Amino acid sequence: MNLHKLSSRLCPTVTQKFRHLHIQSSGQQLEAVAMETESTEPNPLSVFRTSEQYPTYHSERHTGQYYTLPPAHIQKLFPHGLPPRFQLQMKTFNEGCVMVRPPVLELISYLKKADYSKPPLRYILYGDIGTGKSMSLSHALHYCYTQGWLIVHIPDAHLWVKNCKELLPSSSRPSRFDQPIQASQWLKNFKITNEGFLSKIKTTQQYVWTKRESTEKGQPLGVLVDQGVNRMKSSSDVVGAVLRELRLQAGGATEGEGAFKLAVAVDGVNALWGKTSLKKEDRTMCEPEELTLIHNLRKMMKNNWSGGAILTALSQTGSLFKPQSAYLPSELLGEEGFDNMEPFVPVSVSNYNEKEFESCYLYYLERNWLQHPHGRSEEGKKELIFLSNKNPSILERLCAFL
Amino acid sequence: SRRVSPELLPVRHICVSSSLWKKNLAAAGPQKFTQEFIDKQVEEFEIGKRHLANMMGEDPETFTQEDIDRSIAYLFPSGLFEKRARPVMKHPEEIFPKQTAIQWDAEGRPFHFLFYTGQQSYYSLLHDVYEKILAMERHQDKMRNKGLLTSETKQILLTGSRWLLKEEIEEYLVENISDHDYMRLIQLMEKLLSMPYCSLEEEFILKFRKQLEVQSSKHEIPALQYDPQGVTFSVADGRRKTAKASITLRDSGSGNITINGRNYLHYFPLLQDREQLMFPLHFVGMLGRFDVEGSVEGSGHSAQAGALRLAISRALLSFVSEGDVEKMRQAGLLTADPRIKERKKPGQEGARKKFTWKKR
Repeated sequence: MNLHKLSSRLCPTVTQKFRHLHIQSSGQQLEAVAMETESTEPNPLSVFRTSEQYPTYHSERHTGQYYTLPPAHIQKLFPHGLPPRFQLQMKTFNEGCVMVRPPVLELISYLKKADYSKPPLRYILYGDIGTGKSMSLSHALHYCYTQGWLIVHIPDAHLWVKNCKELLPSSSRPSRFDQPIQASQWLKNFKITNEGFLSKIKTTQQYVWTKRESTEKGQPLGVLVDQGVNRMKSSSDVVGAVLRELRLQAGGATEGEGAFKLAVAVDGVNALWGKTSLKKEDRTMCEPEELTLIHNLRKMMKNNWSGGAILTALSQTGSLFKPQSAYLPSELLGEEGFDNMEPFVPVSVSNYNEKEFESCYLYYLERNWLQHPHGRSEEGKKELIFLSNKNPSILERLCAFL
Repeated sequence: SRRVSPELLPVRHICVSSSLWKKNLAAAGPQKFTQEFIDKQVEEFEIGKRHLANMMGEDPETFTQEDIDRSIAYLFPSGLFEKRARPVMKHPEEIFPKQTAIQWDAEGRPFHFLFYTGQQSYYSLLHDVYEKILAMERHQDKMRNKGLLTSETKQILLTGSRWLLKEEIEEYLVENISDHDYMRLIQLMEKLLSMPYCSLEEEFILKFRKQLEVQSSKHEIPALQYDPQGVTFSVADGRRKTAKASITLRDSGSGNITINGRNYLHYFPLLQDREQLMFPLHFVGMLGRFDVEGSVEGSGHSAQAGALRLAISRALLSFVSEGDVEKMRQAGLLTADPRIKERKKPGQEGARKKFTWKKR
């Protein structure tokens, strides 16, 4: 069908090797999906869909249109990454469709034009609750992945500052605390996402974990990651070591097999400088500074390395002790966070405009998600606009039971 | 046995309508208020009315009952919730219940020929109606003999009125009647109406019919005002429980709603509250047309949503046609919800909840 021909036309323009492996399989999978959805429509491409799968080529004429995330990419790139409600939607609709919106296009254009020999630019996606910050971050991350960058993705930093079952005193430093479960989970996901890079990057120094275990200099990164996954006790320190290695080698500063670009994506970055809900053994509150994972992440956020970009999104929903009306960076990051993150490029994400709402509505109609007959009429649409005020998440929850 | 005359008995003047207590009025025995007593009360009322008019600085000649009510409310302000418990000054005919006069003479012979039926006024009314029916038939025969019988006769307009209820008939007759009696009376009146030439007895029939008021004419429509930019807007208030809301409805093309300076999506995170706001606009079909700017205070989120809904409906009245106003009234959009928190009573846990019942 048309989609397959389009993707094969795109082949010559693609330069990265491993994408070729994916295109064949994704093309076939897409065909299968497309066969199901397009049986009702004579046009293979509806108004609100675009066949452009690669975010590199998304431009203003694609705003408001949905593009399908190739399933293979979803498995690799987002093992833990997408917002939970979107994952449910993906499971129901059997496909992951993301809308192309202006803030992301802006972000991608910055990424394209940035100079990677200089320190990384920090981008903060901010906006009201439910306007699509996490989804925009995922879209931008998909762009980085298709460009062949190394992805360091923390889906929600808030998960590291609250509800931790095990909090061990750190093995390396006395005043710090480790979170073995979270660290090893993250390392597993990191391994899935960046499999290709694990054999290429080599460690620059020796790391000693215990009396009997150590990682020598010059070993591939994969060994380091496996060390963290297998030995839970030292997994938080392994995370720190991995991040340090990536920082040192990102711009190709040290001798390594070719330079790679590093994308650090943190959702809910305000957790790093907020408060935690964890308690130490003597029942006093833990500061985020005292957690190993948070400490290492903060080091990543500084722009004292080169050869990559730092993409972050604020989040009020998971944050602790912040009022619901706060959505600006200064409010959510606090003084300390703001000083640390400055200078940054703010990107504002807002509710749907008319065209985007129209496209979302048509998408739900096409997927037979709006079952109520009144939902398909013009009046029903006006009701939906009123009740959700064109807020993406509220619209999604509203349509969930229609 | 000695009969004590009513004037010497200590009589407590209880101003209570008899229909409340369902007493058998005709067999109540000797009447409690004599006619002279009632006349004296009427005289006193008239004098008191003139005094009141002088006190309020108004003309005693043109002092109506409404003016009396207003003056009494001003001179004796009362915070009681029950309107019937507040101080009142009305004509004695409205205050003292209608009592039947003594219906037999000094020798014990009743005046009315139907006294021994037990319900003399009711049966005499039935007799009157039947008399009229017979008279009408005779009139019809006369016209037929003369050759002036026309099938098109003037019909009495009955729309906008209803038959008096059983309680109202009882009040009129000063007697208790049963449901069956009431039905018979109405059937007889219907028979009277079904005959031609019933317009001759129009006045008599209308005595037994009550006019229904057109409800929608009571609503005050807020005035349409114009912005300096030429945008029409109207202002209205609404209340629910203790919440008070005041809004400005602007006729611009967008559908933005701002409450207390915040977006309505932030102020009412609950879907139910936003549905309440949507109801009046959706009912009239003008969803995306208006801009609402409102301020609300007091009570909880649900009451605030209800108050805003009432305010929006009232403001919409100036943008909407007459038929729509009636439809909105019937939908219940324009009625203020009278429910408030019920008072807690002593001896109970709350308004209705009782303490634990112990058998012993």
